[in-house]
Amino acid sequence: MNDIAIRVEDLGKRYRIGTAPERYKTLRDTIAAGVSAPIQRLKRGRAVTSTSVEAGSIWALRDISFEVQRGKVLGIVGRNGAGKSTLLKILSRVTEPTEGSAEIHGRVGSLLEVGTGFHPELTGRENIYLNGAILGMKRVEIDRKFDEIVAFSEVEQFIDTPVKRYSSGMYLRLAFAVAAHLEPEILVVDEVLAVGDAEFQRKCMGKMTDVAQAGRTVLFVSHNMSAVLRLTEDTMVLENGHLVYSAPTPQAVDYYMAAGFSGSGERVWTSAEIPADASPFAPIALRLKDRNGRVVDTLRSTEPFTVEIEYRLDQSITGLRVGIYLLTMRGEYVFTSFDLDDPQQFEKLGVRSAGHYTSRCTITANTLNEGRYVLAVNASSFRIKRYFWDDHALAFTVDATGAPGKQWPEPRMGPVRPALEWTIDRL
Amino acid sequence: MAANSLPKSHSDVTYLRPTRGLAALNLRDLWVYRELVLFFTWRDILVRYKQTVLGAAWAVIQPVIQMVVFTLIFSNAAGFSSEGVPYPIFNFTALLPWGLFSKAMNDAGRSLVTNRNMITKIYFPRLTIPVASVLAGMVDFGIGFIVYILIILYYNFAPNSTYTYTITPAILTLPFFILLALVATLGVSLWLSAMNVIYRDVGHILPFLTQIWFFLTPIVYSASAVSSKWQVLYALNPLTSVVEGFRWSLLGIHSLPWQVIAVSAGVAVILLITGLFYFRNMERTFADEI
Repeated sequence: MNDIAIRVEDLGKRYRIGTAPERYKTLRDTIAAGVSAPIQRLKRGRAVTSTSVEAGSIWALRDISFEVQRGKVLGIVGRNGAGKSTLLKILSRVTEPTEGSAEIHGRVGSLLEVGTGFHPELTGRENIYLNGAILGMKRVEIDRKFDEIVAFSEVEQFIDTPVKRYSSGMYLRLAFAVAAHLEPEILVVDEVLAVGDAEFQRKCMGKMTDVAQAGRTVLFVSHNMSAVLRLTEDTMVLENGHLVYSAPTPQAVDYYMAAGFSGSGERVWTSAEIPADASPFAPIALRLKDRNGRVVDTLRSTEPFTVEIEYRLDQSITGLRVGIYLLTMRGEYVFTSFDLDDPQQFEKLGVRSAGHYTSRCTITANTLNEGRYVLAVNASSFRIKRYFWDDHALAFTVDATGAPGKQWPEPRMGPVRPALEWTIDRL
Repeated sequence: MAANSLPKSHSDVTYLRPTRGLAALNLRDLWVYRELVLFFTWRDILVRYKQTVLGAAWAVIQPVIQMVVFTLIFSNAAGFSSEGVPYPIFNFTALLPWGLFSKAMNDAGRSLVTNRNMITKIYFPRLTIPVASVLAGMVDFGIGFIVYILIILYYNFAPNSTYTYTITPAILTLPFFILLALVATLGVSLWLSAMNVIYRDVGHILPFLTQIWFFLTPIVYSASAVSSKWQVLYALNPLTSVVEGFRWSLLGIHSLPWQVIAVSAGVAVILLITGLFYFRNMERTFADEI
C-alpha cells in the first residue's frame, strides 16, 4: 500500500532576529520603526531589495522536502539549532512555514507537550479532561479512556487532589498517561526535549515502540544514536536548517557521527553557534591535550590526557557545574563527569562569579579502548537551568598501542580498557 | 491500541502552507474544537475562586459593593438623575452588562499571554482562548442577574418603598441586548488579546481603558444627560446601546433615540468582524512572537 502520511515540499521557516521570546516589542518601537523606515528607504534610494530583509532574519529551516510512508518510523538527527524542533513545530501546526508546503494525513500527537495545559489548581481528574481536550480528544473519547488513563498513571488515590500537591513524578506520570492515550495517526517524539527520570524516558520509548508496531507513523528526534538505530528505519540528518542526508538509519548515523569534526582536537564555538538562552554562560573552546600539553586529535590509551573547557561568565551563576559526557561513535554513553563532582569543591564554589575560566580534568591512563569517541559538553545548574549543551562537540581517536593485551592483535570488546591487576594462584 | 483504530480514510488531510494576504476566518476549525472552548471556560471558572475563602460569593459581593458606592457618590452626594427609578436599580441594570464587558475585556486581553506555554507547544485554534474568557464572564453575569432580581424584589416589597416594578413587553428584547453585549465584548477582546501578544503595552493600558470607558458609558448617569450635539459621537461607543437597551428592556425607560442605539450596535458588529480578521492575521505569528 503506497500510503503517504507526510509530504513536505520546499519547506522553509524564517525567524526575524530580535523576536526572541524574551524581547517584547513595544508600541513605541513599532511607531519609531514606522517613522524611520520610510526615511531609511529614501536614504538608500532604490537599492532596497529582498536582501535587506534577509539581513534581519535567519532561516531556521530551508528547502526541506521529504515524504514519509504510513507506518514508517523516521529518525531526525542534527546538532542543536539544526532545525529539528522547528520542523516538528511546523508539522504539529504550532507555527506556520514561511515558504513551501506540507501535507499531513491524520491527527498529529506528540510526546513533547506532555503536561501542556495542566493547571496546578485543578485536580487530577479535571486535568485529564482539560489536557485531553487540548490535545484534541473528544469528551466521549476521554470518558471512554478515563479509567485506563488513571490506571496507567498509578495515581488513583490522588485523582481528586489538586495536581499542585503531586510529587513531580506523579505529575509527570499523569501527564504522560493522557498523552499516551491520544492514539494519533502520526506521533512526534522529541526526545531532546523530554524531561523526567530514566523510568519515564523508558516509558516514552516503550510507548513509541507500541505506536510503531500498531502501524502508525512516528517521527523521532533524538541525540541518542543507539535509540535511533534501534527504533527507526530511515533517518534524516539536518544541518543548519538544511536536509543534508537522508538514508537508511545505519548509513545516516554514520554520516552524522562523522560529519563536522575538524580532527584538530579543538572545538571553538562561534557566536552564531551559542543559543541566546545560554547567557550568561559563554562557551569559548573545548580542547584535548596530551600529557605534554599539546592539542591533539589522537591520544594514546596508555597515557593520561586532559580535557579543557574554556568559557566566560558574563554574570555570576549559582550552582553552576561544567562537565563532559564521553560517548562512543554510536552515541552510547561511556561516562559523565562534572567539575564540581568533588563534594568539597562543590561546597567551595556554590556561586561562580563573572569572569574567564577554564575547567580541566585529566583522564587517567588505561581508561579507554581503541576507537573513536565523542565529547559532549554540559553547563548547568542542577534542577534550575541547563545553560549550554553541545552533544557533539568534539571527536577524537584513541590509539591502543602498548595497551594491556595488545600482544594479541585482536579487537577488544567494550569502550573501556582498564589495566587490571590479575593474580594467578595455583591451588 | 488495536490496529482497527487506525484511520480509515484520507479525508483527514491537513495542508500547511504560509498564508498570504488576509487570512481566511476558518470558523469551522473553532466549531470542531467547540468542546475545547467549553473546557477552557470551565477551567477559567473553576480556577477563578479556588483557594479563596468566600469563593463564588465574590461574584455577588463585587457588583453589590460597586452599586452601593456609586449610589452614595452619584445619587446621594452628586444628585444624578435616575429617570424615576430608584438609583441602585438604575445603576445595577447598567452594571450587569458593564461587569460582563469589563471583566471579559481584562481577562481575554491577557488570556493569550497567560496561556503562552500552550500556544508555543501545541496546535489548537487560538480563538478558543479569548472566546472562553468571554464565556466565563457569562457565569458571573448570571449570578449578578439573580442578585438583580433580589434587589428588585426588595424595592417592591420593602414596607417603606415607593417603587413598584412593572414588566413591559420590551423585556422580550433582552436576549438581543445580551447578544449585543457579547458581540461588543468579543470584538474588543479579540483586538486586545491579539495586540497583547505583540505589544505588551496592552497590559498597562487595560486599567485606564476600563476606567475611561466606564465613564464614557451611561452607567452612573443617564444617557439623556449627554448634550444632543454630542450624541452622534457618543453613539460610537457600543456599550451605550447595550446599557440603554438593558434599561429599556428591563425597566421600560429609554432616554436615547433609536438611531443612536442602531449606530452603536453597528459599531459593535464592525468591531467583532474586524477583530476576527485582525486576530486571524496575527495568529500565524503568535507562537513565534509570544
